[in-house]
Amino acid sequence: MEYAITCTGLSKRYGSLAALTDLSLAIPAGTIYGLLGPNGAGKTTLTHILTGLIHASGGAARVAGLDVASSGVALRRRIGVLEQQPLFYGWMRGREALAFTGELFGLRGAPLRARVAEMLAVSGLTAAANRRISGYSGGMRQRLGLALALINRPEVLFLDEPISSLDPEGRYDLLQTISQLRGATTVFMSTHILADVERVCDHVAILDHGKLLIAATVAELRDRYAQPIFLLEPEGGQDQAVGYLIDQIRAEAWCTRVTLEGGVIRVLARDMVPDHSVTRASERILPLVVAAGVHLQRFERSRPDLEDIFLQIVGRGTAADPQPKLAQAAQEGTK
Amino acid sequence: MTGFAVMVRKEWREALANNRLLVVLIVFTLFGLISPVLAKETPQLVKSLGGVPGIQLPPPQLSDVVTQFIKNVASNGIFVAILITMGLVAREKERGTAAFVLVKPVTRLAFLAAKILTQSVVLAAGIALAALVAYWYTIPLFNASLAGGFWAAALVIWLYLLVMTSWTFLGSALLTSQIGAAGFGLAAFIGMSLLSILPNANRYLPGGLLDIARLLALAQTPQHLALTIGVNCAWIAIPLIMAFLVFGRQELVARQ
Repeated sequence: MEYAITCTGLSKRYGSLAALTDLSLAIPAGTIYGLLGPNGAGKTTLTHILTGLIHASGGAARVAGLDVASSGVALRRRIGVLEQQPLFYGWMRGREALAFTGELFGLRGAPLRARVAEMLAVSGLTAAANRRISGYSGGMRQRLGLALALINRPEVLFLDEPISSLDPEGRYDLLQTISQLRGATTVFMSTHILADVERVCDHVAILDHGKLLIAATVAELRDRYAQPIFLLEPEGGQDQAVGYLIDQIRAEAWCTRVTLEGGVIRVLARDMVPDHSVTRASERILPLVVAAGVHLQRFERSRPDLEDIFLQIVGRGTAADPQPKLAQAAQEGTK
Repeated sequence: MTGFAVMVRKEWREALANNRLLVVLIVFTLFGLISPVLAKETPQLVKSLGGVPGIQLPPPQLSDVVTQFIKNVASNGIFVAILITMGLVAREKERGTAAFVLVKPVTRLAFLAAKILTQSVVLAAGIALAALVAYWYTIPLFNASLAGGFWAAALVIWLYLLVMTSWTFLGSALLTSQIGAAGFGLAAFIGMSLLSILPNANRYLPGGLLDIARLLALAQTPQHLALTIGVNCAWIAIPLIMAFLVFGRQELVARQ
């Protein structure tokens, strides 16, 4: 398999703080790769090392076949980068920024003008092309940022939290654009929005406290962490009974997490296959519903989504950090 | 120096877009304009205010224009140079635009070199305009022209301003604060001014350039011309080399 990005024993220290620890990763070419992790996990640090903005304290990384530490300009010709809040020269106009970036990549004359026009059209900024960027909205800036990142047809595109500042429509459009790059460009996207990763990514890596907890395809993750989820949708007007039911389920030993969202009770059962707890959960839930006197419109056994898996993995922690805060907060807040 | 030409064009457009060039041209035009006026009118002004007891002011001469020009363009120009240089790199680091550019095929050397080159040209344009205006306005006021060496003097004053520009540029490359960069440039200026008090030290310092400029403008031959210019070229080069070395190793992270 051909890899677009490889990291071997990558580490980054800021004094006594380890931002990244012994990270090894291989990202297949042409895939859309999601890098997940809570705030402070090391996602941005890794992205900045791979794009040459900061130096690793140890280990090695290769992007598009080139050593990151020694390749400099040659590497940067082959990548595109979009930051969470794209930063531009506010005095430039949209068209001017694209032309400037295109020139940095060696485009000149008619090919440059054609590529600028193409990217303006793709990003929906043709009408605003002659306006100063300082007057652009957040969504327009993000679209311009993506156009600038793609102007050189990069082999590898780095997106650092690209979606979090967008409205739903902008988010949809950006995810569509990212999906269309599959196969032609390797997309490395750091984010904490799990639904977006689930929607567009083929592979996922989860970082926490600078350590790689897992790297796998989304399908492998689902198989590996295939704890059952029970979805119970009570009929309306049973608030008291539903509250009682949730308390009863929460008291069960096999229950990991119970949430009530949008009128649906979501129960995550603990993975204790050896003593058949999942079976026990299946057996116990409906009697609890009956005992609580709750009338259901829907009862469904489902597969966990990426959010459930993420919380499960991050919550598992390591010897050095037995209970990361995010997972702890999630468990305390839900169970 | 990959990307140098593109970055020079960008710097030049930026100097036009944010009115840096326009401000420099206006300020230096004023410096040039007031130099012959002050030289001509100062004795009259002092006389009209009652004069200085015991002192007979001589009639205004062309050498007074030169003195005023050096004072206005060089001494006041220092502060203009520091103000327009302090943010050149620091502001881009602070705002994250340096990181935006430097993940593209541009070397850090090209990034910095384009900035200092453009800044040097902006200052040169300002000084050239100031010299032109002073030269032109001296003719009707004094019924005489400044010596041809006046143009060489303007060139030497440009070198003088470049010394302080380079030290401020180093501060801007070292720090992420524009104010800090200005303080760095100002500290270098004060330090060099204090050193010039030492006997014979001035010829090795930027202050020596002003002595040379005065002599050249008065069509006299300065001593130690090559030495002073050579040493001051080193004063320009040293902070620039340091800026390139420091910036080349810096970790650039966009502020989110």
